[in-house]
Amino acid sequence: MKEKKSSAWKSIQFGLAVLLGLFVYAYGFDVTKVNLEELRSERRQQSLTRVTRTLAQPDLITYDKQEAIVNSPLYVPCPADNNLSAIPAADTAAAYLAITPACANPGETVQVEGFNFPPNIIGPIRFVPGSDPLNVVTLGRESIKTDGDGHFITSFVIPDRISEEPQHIRVTISENVGSPRFTQNAKDTWDKIIETVFMALLATTAGTILAFPLSFIAARNLMKSVRSPLTSVALSVLGWPIGMGLGYYIVNQIGIFTIPLAENIFTNLISVAVTPFIFWYAVRWALPQEEIKIPSPSLRLTRLLVLFIAILVAFFGFFQLAGLATNISLGIEKALGSFGFLATFLFQVSDILRIITPALGALAAGGTLANFLGHLGQRISEKNATARVKTTNLILAALAGATVLGLLGALVEWLYQVGQFEYTFWAPVLIGAGLGLLLAAFTQPKDTLPTGMVVYSITRTIVNALRSVEALVMAIVFVIAVGIGPFAGMMALGLHTIVSLVKLYSEQVESIMPGPLEAITATGANRLQTIIYAVIPQVIPPYISYTMYRWDINVRMSTIIGFVGGGGIGFLLQQNINLLNYRAASTQMIAIAIVVASMDYISSVLREKYV
Amino acid sequence: MLQVKNLTKIYDGGVKALDNVSFEVPDGQFLAVIGLSGSGKSTLLRCINRLIDPTEGQILWDGEDITAASPEEMRRIRRKIGMVFQHFNLVHRSKVITNVLAGRLGYVNPAWSLLNRFSKEDMEKAVKQLERVGIADKANQRADELSGGQQQRVGIARALMQDPKMILADEPVASLDPVLAHSIMKHLEEINKKDGVTVLCSLHFLDLVHRYADRVIALNQGQLVFEGSPRDIDDKKFKDIYGRDAERVG
Ligand SMILES: Nc1ncnc2c1ncn2[C@@H]1O[C@H](COP(=O)(O)OP(=O)(O)OP(=O)(O)O)[C@@H](O)[C@H]1O
Ligand SMILES: [Mg+2]
Repeated sequence: MKEKKSSAWKSIQFGLAVLLGLFVYAYGFDVTKVNLEELRSERRQQSLTRVTRTLAQPDLITYDKQEAIVNSPLYVPCPADNNLSAIPAADTAAAYLAITPACANPGETVQVEGFNFPPNIIGPIRFVPGSDPLNVVTLGRESIKTDGDGHFITSFVIPDRISEEPQHIRVTISENVGSPRFTQNAKDTWDKIIETVFMALLATTAGTILAFPLSFIAARNLMKSVRSPLTSVALSVLGWPIGMGLGYYIVNQIGIFTIPLAENIFTNLISVAVTPFIFWYAVRWALPQEEIKIPSPSLRLTRLLVLFIAILVAFFGFFQLAGLATNISLGIEKALGSFGFLATFLFQVSDILRIITPALGALAAGGTLANFLGHLGQRISEKNATARVKTTNLILAALAGATVLGLLGALVEWLYQVGQFEYTFWAPVLIGAGLGLLLAAFTQPKDTLPTGMVVYSITRTIVNALRSVEALVMAIVFVIAVGIGPFAGMMALGLHTIVSLVKLYSEQVESIMPGPLEAITATGANRLQTIIYAVIPQVIPPYISYTMYRWDINVRMSTIIGFVGGGGIGFLLQQNINLLNYRAASTQMIAIAIVVASMDYISSVLREKYV
Repeated sequence: MLQVKNLTKIYDGGVKALDNVSFEVPDGQFLAVIGLSGSGKSTLLRCINRLIDPTEGQILWDGEDITAASPEEMRRIRRKIGMVFQHFNLVHRSKVITNVLAGRLGYVNPAWSLLNRFSKEDMEKAVKQLERVGIADKANQRADELSGGQQQRVGIARALMQDPKMILADEPVASLDPVLAHSIMKHLEEINKKDGVTVLCSLHFLDLVHRYADRVIALNQGQLVFEGSPRDIDDKKFKDIYGRDAERVG
């Protein structure tokens, strides 16, 4: 009894679901304006046929053309005495026309027969008014088509132009001469397709490099165990901006003082050769490979100092390397000839090096200081009495909160230019300090906070937010930021690659086997070492596979990112479509198809081989 | 000497895996940990090197408080404690030699690990450990190409790389056949007797306990229910440890 009831209910449910589905699709048809009537209309079909035909004839190859004119005289109207002797006999050795009759009145039809023409060609047949056979003004819009023997026969209606003198009927033929060559459009397409492929390559490379370290931060299983006491957290939060500011300032100063030194090729060469050695030996001394005993505080301090100097030397070396690259690129540009782009590349690399070196310095110093202060905080929290830690926490947390919110406020000020500092800066500073105080007041001073999960959540949120923005939309933003061109497209694709790879990668990290991770941790390895020896070996194959997949997507995307000004072949394609230049557009479509298909093939082969 | 005092572990879900456990292990002893599945053996061993943070209680090792150690101190403590696992826990896609070298990570400066570099002495040491467990010829094979018994030897070699003063072995032979089980246990015995390394080894089979252990502790539902020599496990004690309905086999 009960079963029957439930089966009836199920049927009703099913019926309702079908009805709902019908409704959804009906609405969908209406919204998307599905209209097959339009497809069947004469006008649409004609233009579709026309476009399809032009698309089938890509503008790819051209010949040099040679035009030849064949004229034949006739009288319009017939002369009074019907004397047509003024018309000379045609030269029957070359192509010639025979007109019968050789005179006619306007509106009458004459028969035109052609002999000795090239076989199977099409050409216009025109009436040339006036007595000058070379007159460029012509009348009529007929055309002729020769048969296999180079013969044709056609009728021609004489237009309303009368003259005493003989006028002419002209057939123009044009012949391909010489060997075929690529059209300008084909060459442009080639250039742009290269640009497209490299745009995808650079975006994938940059995206992969940056996504790699981020993927570990965005992995829950690695970050869950990262906890630190409030003292440590507050100190490292303070360490980041201070370190970054200091690092940027110092490295920038090094740059200002040492870039001029690079102009002298001699000192430049010596510094580039020597700095790596100094750096290497200093680092080897300051970071002994293995340490059995705990080093004394004074030794630690000396090492820190040596490391600091070594890093300064390294940055000096970076600037000198950039200088050397510039010197070389300027020196060899002429000598390289058509490989001049190598010199340009070198120059760009040196420029990039010069620009990112201070940024690297800022990051390195920020990270180092934050790390160092974090350790210090850990020690303070361990070695002191609870009450003292509490006081320290209150002060430090207030400072850290004020710094973070103050910086955020400054960002808001910069973005929206409110101009009221008491609201955009001092208020956040006060609120931040207050929040810090609250946090310090309501936590046990020596308890550890889930810093790892906080960093994880922030990273995941940003990544997910950015991932939901299409690369095409990002490209529009970058076009505004860096101008129309492939660079904007590359930045957009690169950013999108980073965020989507971080997601895919970190999911792989989250699904590794926990056993090896546990075993490596048990040996006393620190977090970095566990990642290198237990995590990375496990995730390399999926990482390669995902990178390849992304490369595929990037090639596809880069073919259309030009539609919004992002450079690459899409730009050309869109232009030609807008100019109704379908034969040229066809070339680009074919190029895209070939590139995408072959990238597909290559990546599938590689994937099979390495994964 | 290892002193465990009033150790309690309550997992996030509320499971009390260890309940006020106290015992001592003198240096150089081979201690077996027995108990039913789920009695807390793994939890106990993992608390000792803080792979799991105990909820309450203290663990002192040569006077140093492991439970209160900072991350930096923990690194120094852990590198003196080797660990061997039931499922070997090797990094499958890495070479055998790399897996063994990983035992050295507690000593190597992390900055050098970034470059994936080990010193020459470490390389030689790794080969020596592989020789000791009898699989030096497999050094350059991938870890997952080895049989179970061979993988466990790699696990032991990795622990030996640490120059350990103590080895924690969590059911090291539970997934091996009886013959292999004995050969692995003999390696542990040799390390214990020859090098004087303290061994804490959880085991399921009493004949192995009788054959290799100096002393036994038994857990039941997280509580310490027996402590003494393997010979003292009579039928009554056995039922205390394994429950009323358990039958002795073998
Ligand atoms: N990560 C965890 N979270 C919650 N509970 C856990 C966790 N790990 C273990 N437990 C529980 O703690 C208790 C003790 O587990 P433990 O793994 O220490 O037992 P064991 O003696 O090693 O068992 P076996 O012989 O099966 O390995 C079990 O009840 C188990 O369910
Ligand atoms: Mg277990």
